[in-house]
Amino acid sequence: MGERFVSRGFVGKRQMSAPGGRLPPGQHGVADFPVLSAGPTPRTPLEKWTFSIEGEVERPVRWSWEEFQGLPAQDFTVDIHCVTKWTKLDTRWRGVSVDTLLEHVQLDPKAGFVMAYCDGGYTTNLPLPDLLNGQAFVAYGYDGRPLAPEHGGPARLVVPHLYFWKSAKWVRGMRLMEQDKRGFWESAGYHHRGDPWKEERYAGD
Amino acid sequence: MLNRALEWQIATVAAIRTETARTKTFTLSLPAWVRHLPGQHYDLRLTAQDGYQAQRSYSIASEPEREGEIDLTVESLPGGEVSGYLHDVLVPGDRLEVRGPIGGYFVWEVSRGGPLLLVAGGSGVVPLMSMLRHRRAVGSRVPARLLYSSRTPEDVIYADELMGLQDGGDGLEVIHSYTRSQPAGWTGYARRIDADMLKEIYRPLGGKTQVFICGPTLLVEAAADGLVAAGLAPGRIKTERFGPSGGSA
Repeated sequence: MGERFVSRGFVGKRQMSAPGGRLPPGQHGVADFPVLSAGPTPRTPLEKWTFSIEGEVERPVRWSWEEFQGLPAQDFTVDIHCVTKWTKLDTRWRGVSVDTLLEHVQLDPKAGFVMAYCDGGYTTNLPLPDLLNGQAFVAYGYDGRPLAPEHGGPARLVVPHLYFWKSAKWVRGMRLMEQDKRGFWESAGYHHRGDPWKEERYAGD
Repeated sequence: MLNRALEWQIATVAAIRTETARTKTFTLSLPAWVRHLPGQHYDLRLTAQDGYQAQRSYSIASEPEREGEIDLTVESLPGGEVSGYLHDVLVPGDRLEVRGPIGGYFVWEVSRGGPLLLVAGGSGVVPLMSMLRHRRAVGSRVPARLLYSSRTPEDVIYADELMGLQDGGDGLEVIHSYTRSQPAGWTGYARRIDADMLKEIYRPLGGKTQVFICGPTLLVEAAADGLVAAGLAPGRIKTERFGPSGGSA
């Protein structure tokens, strides 16, 4: 590489770049909560909502909304990073950890990947280890309230250590897979894993 | 574009055109130009002397038939770190670091057929303009309608060009709605996009219509919900949103 490129006359605002190195490269902080999705917001009535774990498991499991509310939930506060460059610090959620969900199934030892699938047809793929050890949740509360439909309610995946398109909105289940497959954005040129700290935005990054 | 690494390249600003009080179009010459699909965007990265960087994404306004350069139309946001620099500092001849084209979903080209319904709010018209310019450049007669919501007639981006495109007689109809103030004698829409408006505009196009909606979240939500209520299959509606969530978090 040659000399670093400098944009003539650019100083920058840096207002959000300070707090303890919490902004990944190329991100800027926002105070509001932008909405991004590829199509209309699905609205599934809670009495028809279910959440399933299937695929490479001994016996698939499915919860109704009421049953899901009965699972041990936790409150958690995390920073979220969208591939469209915004980062929102200290977002407050309530939901069930994926660890808790997986206690209800016997995983096939071959299972190494997960496809999260959603109302509206959205999918996203994740390596199983990215969902374990308190790193991932199925969240139904945001900032002390039920999660709003435009933000993925009634429930969405929250995997804060990866770009936020991995935190699938309107999630309805997880399919355990032996081999990795591409989800929706991963088939459209976005990175397979999406680690914001490595700036894995697009395929090939 | 799968697996092709998106390399940063240094574009040269060939021209800057003022579109409205809040929007400008930047024509960039690209040393490694790649044909884009209408609807795609570029990432733009600014680097300060000390290495500090800021990145944003901007939709391509130009048609892919124009080789070697792209137009990005950018709205100046209050306190906008990157849009402010582009509007107030950048001059023709300056260089900009960009990479793209990016995005493989919110895209349309004539081979995908129609009819086409485009719904824009404010600067959400930019990626849709790339589709309309492409449609014209290849001489397509795919039936198309653009419903474009602006605060006032002065806020309409590409106003003259849109009028010219509509007058081309190739099956494009542009329908404006002015939400805040209207020209004298205006008999068209003068309100935010709602279900009734969408029903009137979508019906003549029929159930095979492909829809692209781009604008602020509230507009996109209203338009997508309205079209689903009017009977259009959700899978035919593609959306792109920007701006604050309207406080609903």
